[in-house]
Amino acid sequence: MARLIRTEKEVEGRYEEVWLVVEEDALEQWPTGPRDVVGRPAERLDGFERASGQAVYTADLDKPGMLHTAVLRSPHPRARATVDVSPALGMPGVHAALGPGEVEQLSAECNYQGQAVAAVCADTLAQARAAVRAIRCDFAVLEPLLDPDEAVRRGELLGDPRVRERGDYERGLAEADAVVEAEYRTQVVLHNSMETHQAVVEWTREDAVEVHISTQYVWGIRDAVAEGLGLPADNVRVVCHYMGGGFGSKNSPDDYTFIAAELARRTRRPVKCALTRREENTAAGNRNATIQRLTVGARSDGTLTALGGEFVNAVGWGGWSSGTEGPMQMLYACPNVKTTTYGAKLNLPPMKAFRAPGFVEGTFGLEALLDELAAQLDLDPLELRRLNHAEQAPEGGEYSDKNLLECYRRAEPHWERRHEVRARSTGTVKRGVGMASQIWYGGGGPPSYAWVRVGSDGRAAVVTAMQDIGTGTRTAMAQIAAEELRVPLEHVSVSLGDTDRGPYATLSAGSSTTPSVGPAVRAAAADARTQIEEIAEQRGLPKDAPVAAVVDVLEDAQILGKGARGPNPTGMQVLTFGVQVAEVAVDVETGEVWVERIAAVHDVGRVINPLGASSQIEGGIIQGIGHTLSEERLHDPATGRLLTTTLDAYKLPTIADVPEIVSELVDEPDRHLTNLGSKGLGEPPIVPTAAAIANAIRDATGADVRQLPITREEMLRALREAEARQKEKVGAPAGV
Amino acid sequence: MRLDVNDHAYELHCEVGTTLAEALRDELSLTGTKIACGEGHCGACTVLVDGAPVLSCITLAHAVGDAKVTTIEGLREHPMLRSFVRADALQCGFCTPGQVVSAVALVEARPEPTTEEIRHAMAGNLCRCGAYPKIEEAIRTWRD
Ligand code: FES
Ligand code: FES
Repeated sequence: MARLIRTEKEVEGRYEEVWLVVEEDALEQWPTGPRDVVGRPAERLDGFERASGQAVYTADLDKPGMLHTAVLRSPHPRARATVDVSPALGMPGVHAALGPGEVEQLSAECNYQGQAVAAVCADTLAQARAAVRAIRCDFAVLEPLLDPDEAVRRGELLGDPRVRERGDYERGLAEADAVVEAEYRTQVVLHNSMETHQAVVEWTREDAVEVHISTQYVWGIRDAVAEGLGLPADNVRVVCHYMGGGFGSKNSPDDYTFIAAELARRTRRPVKCALTRREENTAAGNRNATIQRLTVGARSDGTLTALGGEFVNAVGWGGWSSGTEGPMQMLYACPNVKTTTYGAKLNLPPMKAFRAPGFVEGTFGLEALLDELAAQLDLDPLELRRLNHAEQAPEGGEYSDKNLLECYRRAEPHWERRHEVRARSTGTVKRGVGMASQIWYGGGGPPSYAWVRVGSDGRAAVVTAMQDIGTGTRTAMAQIAAEELRVPLEHVSVSLGDTDRGPYATLSAGSSTTPSVGPAVRAAAADARTQIEEIAEQRGLPKDAPVAAVVDVLEDAQILGKGARGPNPTGMQVLTFGVQVAEVAVDVETGEVWVERIAAVHDVGRVINPLGASSQIEGGIIQGIGHTLSEERLHDPATGRLLTTTLDAYKLPTIADVPEIVSELVDEPDRHLTNLGSKGLGEPPIVPTAAAIANAIRDATGADVRQLPITREEMLRALREAEARQKEKVGAPAGV
Repeated sequence: MRLDVNDHAYELHCEVGTTLAEALRDELSLTGTKIACGEGHCGACTVLVDGAPVLSCITLAHAVGDAKVTTIEGLREHPMLRSFVRADALQCGFCTPGQVVSAVALVEARPEPTTEEIRHAMAGNLCRCGAYPKIEEAIRTWRD
C-alpha cells in the first residue's frame, strides 16, 4: 500500500525534509553471499558500445539543421561589462546572438571568471567562435574578494555559519593529557570530466522542448528547465543515454542549457551549446578550497576527550558550504565535539559537488590530526582508531549497520607490512605506511521506480529513467533483474536515460543510484516473477520451470512488473565505512613523493557486481592520488585570474602515476536497508586516500604535511619543520 | 580533398584549417573518435595514420595526404576491443576509443609489451574515471 510519510532526504551530505509516498518493501533480503548472478563479476552491458565508439554521447549528437554556440565569458573575477552583440549578427553563418539579461544566465555583472556574458549561434562552431570575437565588450575591472578569511571577517558568507556542538568541548579539552592543534589546507580541484558540459535543445512544439544533455540527473534537468522556461514539466523531455563523466558536476542544467534553449526558440532550430575544455576548467564547478583549524584532546591512553574545528569553505560565488566538519562530527565516539563551518563567498567560480564533497577535505584534516596525536602519544594509529570506534552514532541514533571494525581487521595484513616497508628505505629515499578511515553517506532513498517487461521469448527489459554515468549501474540493474526473474543475464536489457520513456529514478550522485534504484528493479522483477509463476501453475508446469518455457505461448502478450523503492529504516543512520592503507616513498632531498601501494577495504553492504565495484574503487583512489599530489587549480593571488585552464597546466593523474591497488569489500548486506541491503560505492573510495598518503609520509619521514596538494615545496617545508623540531628536542639542553 | 579512412576512399570538402578530428566527426559522421580537449592534451582523439598513433584534433585534415587513416570504427574486429570490455577497462567510456587506438598501435609494434612499455605508450591518454589499472590489464591480456 502507498503510504505518505514526512522524512529526511540526504543528497551529497545535505538533508532536507520532504513528503514522500512510499510503497512497502515486502521482499525478504537474499542471504549473504554471491547468488547466481548478483555478487558475481559481470562485464558491462554497454561496454562494447562505449569502447567501440558506437555509443552516441551528447557530444556526438548532430541533428539536421543544428546550430552551434559560442559563449563570451568574463576573463575577470569581478567586472562590469558593457556589451554590444550587434557586430556578431553580421558575421558569416550567424543566426542569433544574446546579450546580458536576454536569458537570466547571461549577465553584465561578472562576479567570477567564466561568468557568461553573451552568446552566439551559427551554422558551424568555427563561425560561432569568430562571431563571439566580433562582439564589442568592455570590462570595467573591479577589485575582487579572494581571501576566504577576509570574506569571513567581512561577513561575506553563503548561508549562516554552521555551529554544531555536543557535550562540553571546553571541559573535554581541560580533561585531556595531550592536545594537538594544527591547520590544514586543501586546494581547489576540478572535475574535468572527459565529456565537457553540454546540451542540445530543440523546441518540438511552441510549448515543448527536447533536451539532450550530458547529465547525472535527467529528472532534475526536466524540472529545472520546465521552471526556467515556464513550461509544464511533462513538456520537457530530457535524454541522456551515455555520458562522459560527471563526478558531481552535472546535476543541474546551468547556463549552457538555458542559452541553447533561448537560441533554439529564436532560430527554430536545434542548438548545441558545449563548453570547451578551457571553459570546463573555469565555469563548470569545482571542489572548493578549505582551511581547517583543528584541535584534538585525548587522555594518555588515546581516548579522545575533545575534538574541535573551525572550517572555512572557500566556496566561490555560488554553490553551498559542504559538510567539511562531517567526519569530525561523525567518525569517532568522542563525547565533546564543537565545529564551526563558514562558507566564504568569493569572486571565484562557483563550487559544485565533487565526489563526497566536504568529506574528502574534512577526512584529510581529521585523519592527519589523529596521526599527529598518535605520534605525540606514541600510539599505534590503527589502535588509536579502534579505541575510539563509535558503537552508536555519536550524534544519536543507531547505525542501520556498520562493519568498520571488520574493515580494520581485514586491513591488518596491509598495516603489518609497515616494518618491512620502512626497512626498504635507502639513502635519501624513505618509505612508510599510513592509514585513514572513511565515513560517508551512500544509503540512497525513495522515490525511484522501475518497470520490468517479459516477452514470450523469455527475455526481459528493465525500464527506469535513471542514468549510467560510467559507474556501471546499468549492468548492476540487469544483474538484479536477472537474479530475481531467474533468467540469464544476457537475456536482460536495460532502457534508461529518457524522462519520456520510463518512470522516475534518482540522480547518479551521492552514491545513491544502486541503493535507490536497485530495490525498485528487484521489486519490479519480483512482481513479474510472481505472474510468471502463476502462469506456470496454470500450465501445470513446475514453479521453477525455465522462464522461457513458461511464457513461450504468450505470443504478443507481455508480463509487466512494476516496483518502487521502499523507505529507509526509521531513525537509523545509513552510512558507508572503510579504511585505506597507503605505502609511500619520499626523497627527503628533493621532496618528491611516490605512492607505491594502496590497499582499500570498504563496507558498502551487498555488492552487486564485484568487477565493476573494483573499478569504482580504483577510480576513486586514482582521483584521490591526483587530489593529494598533483591537481590544483591555481589563480593569481593579485588579480584572481585563473592560471590552469588546460589539461596541460592542470595535472591529472596518468597511467604512469598509478600504484599497486588492492581492494576488498566486506560484502555484508545491510540488514535494515531495503530488499537488497546495498549501499553506494561511487564516493567512499576517494574519501580517505589523501589522509592515508599524508600519514604514510609522516611514518616515512616524521614530517607533518598539512596542505594539499603535497607539492615538493610543501614536502620540503614539512621536512624542515620536522628537522627543527627534532633539533629543539635533542639540542635544547646541550645548547645552553 | 581525398581521405583514406578505414580502407574507404572518401571525397570531401573541408575548409582549410579543418582538423582531422572535425573531418572524421562532422563530415564522415565517424563519431567514435572523441574530442575532449581539442588542443592535444588528452589523447581522446587518437587515430592511426599509417599505423602510428596521431592526435587528430591537432592534425590538419589536408596534411594527411595519401596516408591511411584508421579510426576506432576500423578496429571493431580487433581483439583489443573485446579485451577492454572483458577487463572492465572503461567506466564512462569517453576516453576509451582513444585508449583502444593507442593500445592497438602499441601491440601491433610490440605484441607483448612490458608494464613499463604500456605505461610509456599510454601516458598520453588521460582517463578521468581512472580506469588505468584495468587498461593495463586489458593490454597485457589482449590475446587471451
Ligand atoms: S581531443 Fe585531441 S588531444 Fe584532447
Ligand atoms: S572511462 Fe571515463 S574518462 Fe576514461
